[in-house]
Amino acid sequence: MRSKALRLGAFYLVVLGGWQLIATSGLWSSYLFPAPTSVVASLVRNVENGMIFAALGQSLWRLALGYAISMLLGLSLGVLNGSVRWADETIGGICLGLQSLPSITWLPMAVLWFGLSDAAIIFVVLMGSTFSIAISARSGIRGLPPLLARAAGTLGASRFQLYRYVIIPAMVPAMVQGMKQGWSFAWRSLMAGELLFVTIGLGHLLDVGRNLNDINMVFAVMLVIVVVGVVIDRVLFGTAEAWVRERWGYVAT
Amino acid sequence: MVVTDTRPAAEARPEPVLALSDISKHFQTTRRDTLALDHVSLEVQRSEFVCIVGPSGCGKSTLLGIAAGMDTAYEGRALFEGTPITGMARERAVVFQEPALFPWLNVRANVEFGLKLRGVPKHERKAIVDRQLELVHLEHFDRSYTHELSGGMKQRAQLARALAVEPHVLLMDEPFAALDAQTRDELQLELQSVFARIGTTVIFVTHNVREAVILGDRVVVMSPGPGRIKSIIDVPLSRPRLPDDYAVTDLAARVRAELQNVDETVEARYAI
Repeated sequence: MRSKALRLGAFYLVVLGGWQLIATSGLWSSYLFPAPTSVVASLVRNVENGMIFAALGQSLWRLALGYAISMLLGLSLGVLNGSVRWADETIGGICLGLQSLPSITWLPMAVLWFGLSDAAIIFVVLMGSTFSIAISARSGIRGLPPLLARAAGTLGASRFQLYRYVIIPAMVPAMVQGMKQGWSFAWRSLMAGELLFVTIGLGHLLDVGRNLNDINMVFAVMLVIVVVGVVIDRVLFGTAEAWVRERWGYVAT
Repeated sequence: MVVTDTRPAAEARPEPVLALSDISKHFQTTRRDTLALDHVSLEVQRSEFVCIVGPSGCGKSTLLGIAAGMDTAYEGRALFEGTPITGMARERAVVFQEPALFPWLNVRANVEFGLKLRGVPKHERKAIVDRQLELVHLEHFDRSYTHELSGGMKQRAQLARALAVEPHVLLMDEPFAALDAQTRDELQLELQSVFARIGTTVIFVTHNVREAVILGDRVVVMSPGPGRIKSIIDVPLSRPRLPDDYAVTDLAARVRAELQNVDETVEARYAI
């Protein structure tokens, strides 16, 4: 444990040191390749003037709203496709098709529908994650061992109770997997949407950096985006996956 | 003593818990039609422990599935306490060969499952579950999840879960088939003491002749192609019965002779 921390610390020190050396060597101009020290300085400046937190708050709010709606939609679609054969044959096919569409391609349509508003970006986030959540929910239901359904039946489960106590809990491992995938799609589409679009947000802040020709700011904002991604991925979904592993003894793939 | 299932109609008998009469079952595939059960009739009386033995393909598990109400596409009549079986019900709980426990629930919650469905109040549930866990010696594993249990413990948990809903007849489908020989011996002995205490009616499907003789009041011998009841053998031995008891070995040999007879008829059929 201790040696792992040491190893990691040493690794990042080497990476940062190498970066700093290249940046100060004069190989590239400092307005194209910033030194880590100036990136950190820019980060501190933009945190102090409130830009980062304002953008972060706005981005996370859009993400939360879009993701919550897509959870609701995705779960309903998935349960429908998983339970009703004709729905799977028809709506399920559309879900699979739309899932392969890069979500940022929804943006032009969203702008035409909703104008240059939050609604347009939230719509893009929604389209990015809904279908992958739906597909996971569907396979979670389809993957239910028939034996467990029979066991519940012989213990007296009604059709409703079968859903409530067997089918829904049995799909949790697949759902956690799908939600994780859905979140990463949502996060990527959010950043792409904000970048192409004039409104407050982390993606927009990147564009501000470009307009100001401020490479330090661009790097600083990218750093923030990485940190948010890693925290949500590791902390939120890492915890959920560990819980699934403990309960179910495995994680669905 | 070997008795065939043709009982005099005039004999006064109490109403059987389970009455299967003239059951035939076809399995249809695109290429052919297989007759899995051919006019099978069987009555099971209250508090009786009936074992069904036979080679693979004799339809013993199919018959159990019909009794459970998992399979409703057949010809003939299946009555449970005088009314036709139309679907699954907790009065006919099943212990499956595979450990059919819910992996997201711990042992206690698994055993509690059927009681929760019935809306039994929480404090009553706890008392019942405690009693069942003690009966199958799992009282110290109530917080464990199923992937933490051994094969034998999983089957004990399944038994406790089925018994908790107080079935009128317990259907057991080769519950020990996947266990090692030692665990199997242990569980056979335990099962005897459990049923000596609670006296539930049981139908127990197995392909292990000795197991059938150790556990059953009667042993139903089935033959394959098509599935028929060949004979029904009474087991008038006192309990507990041990696998090496002379009387058990002796009777098992006779059941085996019946089964060999079955094999010979199968060979004869294929020789034609």
